[in-house]
Amino acid sequence: MSFKDKRNPVSGRWARTTGLITMLILPLGLAACNDPVDVPPLDSQQIGYRGTGMEQVSNPGLDALLVKLNEVPPPIYDPVPADGPMATEIYQNIQVLGDLTADQFDRLMAHITEWVAPPEQGCNYCHNPENLADDSVYTKVVARSMISMTRQINSDWGDHVVQTGVTCYSCHRGAPVPANIWFAAPPPTTKMVGWDGGQNHPVEAINYSSLPVDPFSAYLLNDEAIRIAAPKALPGAHDAPIQQTEKTYALMIHMSQSLGVNCTFCHNSRSFGDWTQSPPQRTPAWHGIRMTRMINQDHLKPLTDVFPENRLGPLGDVAKVNCSTCHQGVNKPLLGAPMLRDHPELWGTADFSQKASGTAALTFEQP
Amino acid sequence: MADYQNIFTQVQIRGPVYPGVPLGAGNEPRVGKGGFVYWLGALGDAQIGPIYLGWLGLISLVCGFVAFEIIGLNMWASVGWDPVEFVRQLPWLALEAPSPEHGIGIPPLNEGGWWLIAGFFLTASIILWWVRTYRRAVQLGMGTHVAWAFGAAIWLYLVLGFIRPLLMGSWSEAVPFGIFPHLDWTAAFSLRYGNLFYNPFHMLSIVFLYGSTLLFAMHAATILAVSRFGGEREIEQIVDRGTASERAGLFWRWTMGFNASMESIHRWAWWFAVLCTLTGGIGILLTGTAVDNWYLWAVKHGLAPTYPEVYTPAVDPAATGGQ
Repeated sequence: MSFKDKRNPVSGRWARTTGLITMLILPLGLAACNDPVDVPPLDSQQIGYRGTGMEQVSNPGLDALLVKLNEVPPPIYDPVPADGPMATEIYQNIQVLGDLTADQFDRLMAHITEWVAPPEQGCNYCHNPENLADDSVYTKVVARSMISMTRQINSDWGDHVVQTGVTCYSCHRGAPVPANIWFAAPPPTTKMVGWDGGQNHPVEAINYSSLPVDPFSAYLLNDEAIRIAAPKALPGAHDAPIQQTEKTYALMIHMSQSLGVNCTFCHNSRSFGDWTQSPPQRTPAWHGIRMTRMINQDHLKPLTDVFPENRLGPLGDVAKVNCSTCHQGVNKPLLGAPMLRDHPELWGTADFSQKASGTAALTFEQP
Repeated sequence: MADYQNIFTQVQIRGPVYPGVPLGAGNEPRVGKGGFVYWLGALGDAQIGPIYLGWLGLISLVCGFVAFEIIGLNMWASVGWDPVEFVRQLPWLALEAPSPEHGIGIPPLNEGGWWLIAGFFLTASIILWWVRTYRRAVQLGMGTHVAWAFGAAIWLYLVLGFIRPLLMGSWSEAVPFGIFPHLDWTAAFSLRYGNLFYNPFHMLSIVFLYGSTLLFAMHAATILAVSRFGGEREIEQIVDRGTASERAGLFWRWTMGFNASMESIHRWAWWFAVLCTLTGGIGILLTGTAVDNWYLWAVKHGLAPTYPEVYTPAVDPAATGGQ
């Protein structure tokens, strides 16, 4: 077919053109669908005043998968009454569970084994089988600190974990090391060239953006200022640089990704910093950031010397938690299942018996 | 009819290669002899070359190449010189502007120094290319409209990377060189300065941007629609209005009561395009220098409406004694 031949049938030209366009557009279409979260049909729910873009986008096609991923293992044993001898009377070296009876203590140990330890190792993952009271296995020292952490969260952090609370399973999900943990990012290796300002490398924790790869050291371990928007209309009151803004942005993208929600779950996008227009979820999220700092500072950082080298990060730092460690893609971990209700051994000083909420939270809940 | 429903030009004129008008004193010879390429002909004129390079063009290309290399090699170094990672991460990689602590001083080479050097060469390249567009237009006896339109884009580029950082007293306020990073920078910029959508000059810039596309579509569609009457000979029809021009004008008078002329439509298009970056540059220039939070500024001046409360708003724990 000669391109100079004006008598070519129109259909031939159309075929050539549409073929070319299809070749160009098809890969783009396929690329857009490679993340199951984005596969249509999507659903959106209006949560604010009409026309302001306040809405939550969800993917109903993922509901079944999320339910499956967030199944709660039923208790192996029914709760035991608080009578009989105390654990401290039967066992030695009881440091944080001294308030439990021996039966309660045994029940908790059985559940922890179920939730955390690799099945082939069982009790021996943490205990020296020759002497269960022995602290020589490092995982036992870690577990003790984590039990104390779980109880502290349930006792003191109701502003974030509300009436649902947390158990070991909230993060571990049957694995000895939770799937979503973080280490401080190592500095660049090149000396003369290639400085990246700690950003521009796609990692899952910040949803493959080109934002700083480690906003966690600044905000979830240390308490650097997260707020970046100017508090006044005119200059002079505030000097947060763009780089700090990008770090805050990275943390927020991490939260959005970890909870499977849009920015508008916590913010009014017309003015991200303005609390008086923010949806109420921003308050528990604020407490969540402080709770995560507490976990990393008070419970994980002190374990740095306890862990063997292969469990530490490239800079020798301990594995730490962020929002996705517990949330794992849903705004209420385990879809809000009141798992802690069945495990009073982990309640701490709070009461989760009847108040615990049993509502699943796949979608945005109107307060 | 079908000829004009295709995105490709259906008619290709082929004659001897036309080298262009003779050039006066002070001009360099043109490079190449010229030839024809079918696919170029499908998009525009099938003839490629000869090209006028000249000293301005040559130095501009060299400066542009230097900037390109500095940016590219820094990107490559940022993945440890791994060629596979370089290709895989390319859209994410960037040459970052200096950190805030360096202000407008000269930072160490690997903490933004390369960014300054790349910026210098890229700016030199762009400005030399601007002079070249100006000079070539003058040499051809044309007006310098293209150069001034290009200048409007350069204005926005200079505001973003040079003028505003100078006024803010920090190179760290400038844009990184990178594909996704400059987009994330844009979003962070709006977050930091309280939502750029409330910046009136940003609003104007959007008006002219979208307006440009609208005008482009209206004009192109009109001309294609009357090309069966010779409408694509627009310039002749400016002074000698034929039936194509009459029909095109009638169409718009009938549909919206008013029509541009064969000449004025091009002034509309030129001004819309130029004002897009001109107003955009003003908006960027005022951000952080004159206004720190555009949303609050808009509230202050009655520009941002108040909406009815639909949900109970969050309470700021920091305002009530939280840490």
